[in-house]
Amino acid sequence: MTAAKAENPKPIITLDNVTRSFGSVQALRGVTAEIREGEFFSLLGPSGCGKTTLLRMIAGFDEPTSGAITLDGKPMAGIAANHRPTNMVFQSYAIFPHLSVADNVGYGLKKKRLPKAEYDREVEEALKMVSLGGYGPRAAHTLSGGQRQRVALARALIMRPKVILLDEPLSALDKKLREQMQIELRRLQRSVGITFILVTHDQEEALIMSDRIAVMFDGQIAQLDSPEALYRKPNTQRVASFIGVMNFLEARPIGEKGDKISLDIQALGLLDIPASALPEGMAASEISRVGVRPEMMSIVLEGAKSTGHDIEAEIAEAEYYGDMTYYLVKLSGKDEPVTISMRNTAGRAVLEAGSKTRVSFSPESIVVFQ
Amino acid sequence: MANGSRKLSWLRAYASVYMVFLYAPVVLLPIFAFNDSTVIAFPLSGFTTDWFASLKGNSALKDAVSNSLIVAVTTAMISTILGAFAARAGVRYRFPAKRGIMGLILLPLVLPEIIIAVALLVMLMRLGLSLSLWTVIVGHVLVCVPFSIAVLNSAFSGLDQSLEEASFDLGETAWGTFRRVTFPLILPGVISSLLITFTISLDEFIIAFFLTGTDVTLPVYIWSQLRFPAKLPGVMALGTLLLLLTISLLIVAEFFRRRSAQRRGLDASTTEGLI
Repeated sequence: MTAAKAENPKPIITLDNVTRSFGSVQALRGVTAEIREGEFFSLLGPSGCGKTTLLRMIAGFDEPTSGAITLDGKPMAGIAANHRPTNMVFQSYAIFPHLSVADNVGYGLKKKRLPKAEYDREVEEALKMVSLGGYGPRAAHTLSGGQRQRVALARALIMRPKVILLDEPLSALDKKLREQMQIELRRLQRSVGITFILVTHDQEEALIMSDRIAVMFDGQIAQLDSPEALYRKPNTQRVASFIGVMNFLEARPIGEKGDKISLDIQALGLLDIPASALPEGMAASEISRVGVRPEMMSIVLEGAKSTGHDIEAEIAEAEYYGDMTYYLVKLSGKDEPVTISMRNTAGRAVLEAGSKTRVSFSPESIVVFQ
Repeated sequence: MANGSRKLSWLRAYASVYMVFLYAPVVLLPIFAFNDSTVIAFPLSGFTTDWFASLKGNSALKDAVSNSLIVAVTTAMISTILGAFAARAGVRYRFPAKRGIMGLILLPLVLPEIIIAVALLVMLMRLGLSLSLWTVIVGHVLVCVPFSIAVLNSAFSGLDQSLEEASFDLGETAWGTFRRVTFPLILPGVISSLLITFTISLDEFIIAFFLTGTDVTLPVYIWSQLRFPAKLPGVMALGTLLLLLTISLLIVAEFFRRRSAQRRGLDASTTEGLI
């Protein structure tokens, strides 16, 4: 499935230098991207980054100030929302409160004037798809938040659109339900094969659900990559700290030899890192900082052998999460503590604040920044 | 403790006096409507339904009632439609000088009616138009539109904009969206606007008095009857009927509003713009 996608990355939507201004405010400053057919694509960013504006322009509720949106090969300029092959799941769900569940789901189908039996069958099928079979006759207002969300989804699915747009659809749900819906949405998207575009500010949600993520800041795409590439190789410090936790250390390039780059890194000292860590288009001489993820460092337990790359440290604080413990650790030569996460495996005690210890890391996990 | 109960008894006395002041005249109306005497005074002399029977054969009254109904129904419909346009524009769109424009539209709410009536009369005379029920309707619409806007404003602002967008997104046209989503959801507001403007028009006297031609409305007819003391009990009977009509209209409207609120899962006690 993924292989087929990679072979045939046909774009369903192309965004060509799309901008949008509201008066003197520039909400979008030139977004260019291709969204592939059948993928789960996320627009991830803090509030005000323009992600919702972009989604609304794809839906047809708004027009770009300049630039072009092409959907399934057709330019979308001047085509209103009711003539676009897209359907939206709204943040508020926008369930019609005066209609039954079935009438909500069949709302768009009514225009097609199907025979009653066929209409009923389609509605029931759509409801079954979101595990709400038999809920048709219920009044919409009797549904819970999670059920409303499913109805909104069924209402979009029944239209068989080319693209389904989801505007922060899970933000109103509680944590447990949200996690369950993330998995379910992902599974549903795979089974129907419709392109989903999700707008979210929750990086974890984007990582779990997406094939590809566009991280947006200030009306521009900062990085567009697969979840794994975004996490492992963020191309700016801003992206790195937006997705997960990243420890930053000052660094100074010393020299290059073959496929290694020598760096003088704050608290870690002189190190050789693989040249492949360097992002495309960046020279080794431009490196000014490096980053290490909390799980890429570990606290060396007493009696364990040194791996060669370990340094003196002191535990400043321990945050216990059950399965994990997050330590704030002071490294000699750096004032701010770094974060290190450790799995609480059997027999491993949680270290107390103030304990002296050693921290080890692998040079391969280091990310470099300008 | 003693202090508390004294305070309570004062409050009670105040509330009772207030209620008596408010409702005594209303209660007197049906009492004298059934009293077997042309003199409006206690003690009551006996029970009769003659006054109601006398209304039946009165053709001038019948004309006044039908005139009033024509005026009130037309006024209610025109002002609710105009009010819906204005409320929708005020809630949804931004336009220059919006506050000033909305303020001007709502101004008749606080203008003395006699000024509106005189000004309209002068203008209609200048234009050379003859007075009729239509001129009364024009005056009533002017006074009723602000009430309609006030009621429909909250109906429209309670309407989640994404509902209309969702309908549009599902392939529906602008008209279809209005018919299938917007209208059913603002219907309680529309009904209460119709009801309020109908009631205002029905009992409006000053404008009707100034702007009507030979056809009189009910309040003008009642006023003309007050000159004859013998007709007073008949007016009382008429007032009683009007009171009953108004109360039943309110009950019916409240019933529909609660049912629609329940259907939409709202708390039935929210007023949603019904006054």
